[in-house]
Amino acid sequence: MAKSNKPIVWGPFAAGGTLTAFLTPALIALTLLAGLGRVPDALSYEHLHAFAAHWLGKAALVVVIGLSLWSAAHRLRITAYDLGVRADAVVAAIVYAGALAGTGAAVLYLLRI
Amino acid sequence: MAEEMSGRRPYEREITSEWIFRHPRYLRYMVREFSCLFIGGYALLMVVGLERLAQGPAAWQGFLQALQSPASVAFHAVALAFSLYHSVTWFNLTPKALPVQLGEEFLPDAVIAGAHYAGWFALSAVLFWMAGIF
Repeated sequence: MAKSNKPIVWGPFAAGGTLTAFLTPALIALTLLAGLGRVPDALSYEHLHAFAAHWLGKAALVVVIGLSLWSAAHRLRITAYDLGVRADAVVAAIVYAGALAGTGAAVLYLLRI
Repeated sequence: MAEEMSGRRPYEREITSEWIFRHPRYLRYMVREFSCLFIGGYALLMVVGLERLAQGPAAWQGFLQALQSPASVAFHAVALAFSLYHSVTWFNLTPKALPVQLGEEFLPDAVIAGAHYAGWFALSAVLFWMAGIF
């Protein structure tokens, strides 16, 4: 990887790592509650649909999903290297493309709401 | 070929993944790194949820039903543990990443990490409150 690419790749990783540290445990707890049969009000169709219908809700969801996927992709790439996979360019292309595809899909679904 | 001619025998390090078991510290590092599978996996679950939400009330109800499957509950339990580990390790590193200098002195590590923990608990509480948990 060229030196000049590093901040572009690493910046969203740091931002995503911080965002997921603050938010992800609470988000998982919410869907875990739903899984245990106690669906939080916010996860009812009416509430969540209203949230995702607003542009601010859309923006929040894209930022959370996009940065989560990017930081996970970056960490997965580093982990693959640590575990002895030396085809870094291939790994990087796969994980970053996956993160971008997931984010793109989220945008697509949000535009239908 | 140049190496053969000069008789060089460069040391080539063996590439393995066995090193992670050599010290508990390395294993903890790997556990932290593996948290990305669960945080990324959960983000993908959110993408699927948005797809179902866009398909209408019946599809969303089906998604909520699927969340109740044993596999989903097990995934959530493990993902919650890994994401908590990610949060703790991330916040414990904040004094290194964001040192604050006041005159000659540096703000103590515990203050910087503590402020992040306080923010984390407050934000989680606000999220639970907004979600209607309490």
